[in-house]
Amino acid sequence: MGIESEYEIPVLTTTVEKMVQWARRSSIWPVTFGLACCAIEMMAMSCSRYDIARFGAEVFRGSPRQSDLMIVAGRLSRKMAPALRRIYDQMPEPKWVISMGACASIGGVFDNYAIVQGVDQVVPVDVYVPGCPPRPESLIYGIVQLQRKIAEQRLVQV
Amino acid sequence: MADAAALVASIQSAVPDAAIEPAASVDLQATIFVTRDQLPAVARALRDHADLKFAFLAELTAADYWPHEPRFEVVYVLVSIEHKLRLRMKVRLSGDDAHLATVSAIWPAANWLEREVWDMFGIVFDGHPDPRRLLMPEDWEGFPLRKDSPVQIRRPTTTFEPLQVTAEEFRENVQRDRLSRET
Amino acid sequence: MPEVRTETMTVNMGPQHPSTHGVLRLVLELDGEIIRSSSPTIGYLHTGIEKTAEQKKWQQVIPLVERMDYLSAQSNSMAFCMSVERLLGADAAMPDRVKNIRILLAELQRINSHLVWLGTHGMEVGAVSVMLYCFRERELLLNINEMIAGFRLFPSYMRVGGLREDLPRGFHDAVRAFLDRMPVKLDEYEDLLTKNEIYLKRTQGVGAISRDDAIAWGLMGPIARAAGVDYDVRKVFPYLGYETYDFDVPTRKNGDVYSRYQVRVAEIRESLKICRQALERIAPRGEYAIADPKITPPPKDRVYTEMEALIQHFLIYSQGFTVPAGEAYVPVEGPRGEQGFYVVSDGTNRPWRVKSRAPSLLACQALERLIVGGLIADVIAVIGSIDVVMGDVDR
Repeated sequence: MGIESEYEIPVLTTTVEKMVQWARRSSIWPVTFGLACCAIEMMAMSCSRYDIARFGAEVFRGSPRQSDLMIVAGRLSRKMAPALRRIYDQMPEPKWVISMGACASIGGVFDNYAIVQGVDQVVPVDVYVPGCPPRPESLIYGIVQLQRKIAEQRLVQV
Repeated sequence: MADAAALVASIQSAVPDAAIEPAASVDLQATIFVTRDQLPAVARALRDHADLKFAFLAELTAADYWPHEPRFEVVYVLVSIEHKLRLRMKVRLSGDDAHLATVSAIWPAANWLEREVWDMFGIVFDGHPDPRRLLMPEDWEGFPLRKDSPVQIRRPTTTFEPLQVTAEEFRENVQRDRLSRET
Repeated sequence: MPEVRTETMTVNMGPQHPSTHGVLRLVLELDGEIIRSSSPTIGYLHTGIEKTAEQKKWQQVIPLVERMDYLSAQSNSMAFCMSVERLLGADAAMPDRVKNIRILLAELQRINSHLVWLGTHGMEVGAVSVMLYCFRERELLLNINEMIAGFRLFPSYMRVGGLREDLPRGFHDAVRAFLDRMPVKLDEYEDLLTKNEIYLKRTQGVGAISRDDAIAWGLMGPIARAAGVDYDVRKVFPYLGYETYDFDVPTRKNGDVYSRYQVRVAEIRESLKICRQALERIAPRGEYAIADPKITPPPKDRVYTEMEALIQHFLIYSQGFTVPAGEAYVPVEGPRGEQGFYVVSDGTNRPWRVKSRAPSLLACQALERLIVGGLIADVIAVIGSIDVVMGDVDR
């Protein structure tokens, strides 16, 4: 595998798995699931100072059927949990979930009757990003970690 | 405040047969206590009387003083823009008889505020056009902001909503949605 | 001839939607494109902040309360602190420097909130670049927040009794740089939107509310001022010394989406004026809280060297201070209208009841009147213009 320059046109050979995983991790499109204050930092991340477009994720799709990633940004209340599950179920495979912020990861400052103590009670989470709200740089680091995780995933389970 | 006494006097003169009980207050609002039966008359006078004109309902809430009786206090904060006055009106309710007349016909803003008080405290507003829960899920049991209701509830999260219609109704709806054409 | 059915169609604008500014659910009944009825469902972000606040000590409620209306965080915490200080009787002894700093930070927060509003509203109406520009200016304000307290969105800088600590070095320069830059940029944004024919067609005459309706439905703030109600808490019931500042309150007559846009942009300009005046009055170093040893923690260098200061620090942070029994509600002009906290104390070091007056809740309630009879595309413009923050609606 490598660049063969026997011919005039340079040729790169690689495996299908590497190509597919490179494509998947370089264009993760999130679905807009901003719930509360973390959504504001998520919007700030997609704006010009902490540009998420460099990582391929600037297109926030409105519909879950066209997206790969769900960033649960904000506190999840018990009333909202069925809607969250439904949106997750509507996303096609392969899909990933980032739990952004303390409230989504573990319930945050709100340990009470109304908040689900961690989004992983409802959907499986790939990356947890702590903070209240996490700085946009933290969230970008979380997305980079997710990209690393995708790069290591195998296409075929043996 | 010197104005508070004058305001209470003008309210009393607007509604002569109501027993307005003034109370001490440390902030901008003069505070009065009104009994439950006189609330509709007093509220209407507060909004319509020429010297009062409290047309803006800023706040409608309640506080639970369990285990003291009377248990609930429903609080109305009113503002008069023309006369630059503020008023806090309170109604005491006992725990086992917690119902009150609605003021949503007088101040339409009270509609959702009263729904929230019902949702959080269980105080019934007689004559309310839409007595449903506002903030909690529709099938929630209990009134969270009461003092005898727990802060933390450890119970698994429901993540699915059962279908609200029967199977036949569902099939009928699908049939109806199909645009019928006669070729 | 095929039959044409003319029933109304029910569409769910669900809790997850790119344009509902959070988790608001609208079930719309449509006749073609015209909305016949709408029923909003809220509560998808209910956090039980009021119940949680009853378990915390007074000073610990401030981070909770900041997360209610997450775009006007410092306004919220200032309103809570003012209610508690009224109960304590401490606002009589508040130094002028603290009041001026509070005014400056509250007005910067207003500009912050209006920039987010302008960015998201412009993006939803179609002018996507407005969002990028507004968030760029907002980064300067977040830098200022980070400078004073280390945190971008929720500084928790306002405390009961004053502020958490003194202003840092470089604060005046940073604020002055922002105040010099902002009017130029605001002119650029107005260039993009104010006379833009597409924007005018989308917003003029849309979502109009009359003056009496605005008062009856309890909407105060930019929505009512755009409908002609001349009510601003800073002018009618002034607090913190606002009566010594020179500023106007912009009002318009039409009450539609365009008037609200004009009112908010004019409010940004007025806030810049107030900020400039406040900045002149603030000395770079000085007092930052009232001198009550039960409420204000001593500075850290004294805690490490003096015994009384250590005991004072320990008492304040372990059991907190007690507030005399009673109730207070101090109204404050937040970016969305009149805000305030109805605080009831039973004489202990924990609150008995904390209730926040949520201007967004009443705006959500009035939403039905604004969109019924209009087109479905106008729903987005109207929701954007009433500037609801669901954290404030659901608390």
